[in-house]
Amino acid sequence: MSTAAAQTATGTGQTATVTGQTAAESAAAAGVRTEAAAPTRGLVEITKVRKSFGATEVLKGITLTVEPGGVAVIVGPSGSGKSTLLRTINHLEKVDGGHIAIDGTLVGYEVRGRRLHELREKDILKQRTEIGMVFQNFNLFPHLTALENVAEAPVVAQGRSKEEARKRGLELLDRVGLKDRAGAYPRQLSGGQQQRVAIARALALNPKILLFDEPTSALDPELVNEVLDVIRELAKSGTTLIIVTHEMGFARDVADTVVFMDEGQIVEQGSPEQIFANPQEPRTRSFFSKVLEPAFNI
Amino acid sequence: MSSAVSNQARPAEAGPARQPVPGPASTGTGTSGAGASGPGPGGRGPATDYSGYPLVGSKHPWRWVGTAAVALGVAAVAWSLATNPRWEWGVVAQWFTAQSVVNGLLETLKLTAISGILGFVLGFILALMRLSASPLLVSVSWTFSWIFRSTPLLVQMLLWYNLGYLYEKISLGIPFTDVRFFEVQTTTLISQFAAAVLGLTLNQAAYSAEIIRGGILSVDQGQLEAAAALGIPAWRRSTRIVLPQAMRAILPTAFNEIIGLVKGTSIVYVLAYSELFYTVQVIYNRTQQVLPLLLVATLWYVVITSVLSVFQYYIERHYSKGAVRTLPLTPLQKARKFFATHAVAPSRARSPR
Repeated sequence: MSTAAAQTATGTGQTATVTGQTAAESAAAAGVRTEAAAPTRGLVEITKVRKSFGATEVLKGITLTVEPGGVAVIVGPSGSGKSTLLRTINHLEKVDGGHIAIDGTLVGYEVRGRRLHELREKDILKQRTEIGMVFQNFNLFPHLTALENVAEAPVVAQGRSKEEARKRGLELLDRVGLKDRAGAYPRQLSGGQQQRVAIARALALNPKILLFDEPTSALDPELVNEVLDVIRELAKSGTTLIIVTHEMGFARDVADTVVFMDEGQIVEQGSPEQIFANPQEPRTRSFFSKVLEPAFNI
Repeated sequence: MSSAVSNQARPAEAGPARQPVPGPASTGTGTSGAGASGPGPGGRGPATDYSGYPLVGSKHPWRWVGTAAVALGVAAVAWSLATNPRWEWGVVAQWFTAQSVVNGLLETLKLTAISGILGFVLGFILALMRLSASPLLVSVSWTFSWIFRSTPLLVQMLLWYNLGYLYEKISLGIPFTDVRFFEVQTTTLISQFAAAVLGLTLNQAAYSAEIIRGGILSVDQGQLEAAAALGIPAWRRSTRIVLPQAMRAILPTAFNEIIGLVKGTSIVYVLAYSELFYTVQVIYNRTQQVLPLLLVATLWYVVITSVLSVFQYYIERHYSKGAVRTLPLTPLQKARKFFATHAVAPSRARSPR
């Protein structure tokens, strides 16, 4: 079922790139935002970001730019700081130095005098509504149904009406192929279905940027693809995606930019062809020689 | 229950069904089915088909012995309660719904409700203080729980009632100055009722703070992160996301506390406050029917606790939404289902499922 949904959506995405007129129509029909044709929002600029946990420095001055509508996939060994970097982008993790800007606006801070002052909670929450996040463990609210999970934030964080949020929620669940499970509680869903609900929940706020923190790591191998199919569709919708993953085949398939991180630093970045086929750094080469063989089954 | 049905089947089946394997020795004894089970000394050959044999559950004779013994005990207790004239059931019945007893009961319920609600509200605030990032709030909350949990409720109660001895007047003003907006004699402010509510509330708050804190801690940190990432405001995160999940851990212990509080209110008799227990004492001091009147109070406490238990069941069920894959049936639903499936064919009502 999910494959069918993904395929239709893929078709829409492809038309969108060909002609503007049809793109707008078919995009509207599939519930895809019309900005999809020419993404103008969602520029992420990470500048010299540093972060330590106690004595361990997990981010050692990261600088990275992701263009509007771009798809950046961050790969690297465990403990290399990938997830921490992702969590600094929506200020779930405070940085110790450096800054992050989205479309030119600093995240979590404002400039006053010659200092960066942390924003009030209220303003940070407002910024977060523009940045969707999908977690490794889904973190769906277990006491709310799939639809309630999706419709909660638009009502409280964006002040939409309940009816509007519900309608939009159903559209989004339809988009991830789960319209018929709208009334189910998360524990009544499979892992793959839960993660698709989580993606719909992140989309409900119409974010400029979507962050994926190892979205398939907690899934059974057979459920991985239904989630990846949904993300593939999103990659064509014009939302900026930043994805931390261990699925190398998927990374090569979906990414504009692959970023290889190790020990809190970006070792190498470039197009998937360049990074996977012709890595320049010895550290990158040794990492891929270990992970590529089994992961390329996809 | 099922034994009656299966016992009849047993003698015929037990022999061959239980010992199909031993081989040559058993081959002769059985019927045609058992004969086929022993194809040769090695036990090889085509697998025997037992699919026509009825299945018989294992027997638990000692369970029946135990059940019988307990049933006998229960019957003996019931018999003695009914026939021993010293229980004076007539007196119990006479006082059970007497106006003064009912008034005492209402006072008990009032005390329980007020101190229960105030106690849990204050406990919630104390729990949030304890979980806050401010060391001062944390230590104040901790100290509160420490003091009120380590002094006997009886002592607290007497202390509050005699507060007038320690502080003659209570005033509202600006601290460390002589400005007073409002001043009142402590003894007029602290009535028996006020002392009772104060003592029970503060004591309850100390315990419920810990219960609520435990519940909040049991909710996965990822839930808060997800809510924060969605831009859900802090207050809403607590009330909509964390508390409903914490309730599952809070409720069983909280109801324990409330049931404890119902009976705990009886300690208020030291203040000569006319709740249920004190009222009963006053009556039996006059009539000398001590045990029957204590029985009256006991029965009322049992009634209150039973009603609370029903509430507990349904409230817990409400908060288990999403925590279990399918909600268990309520007793009412079970009864309906029983009648729906059994009423149609009464003759089959006894057959084991």
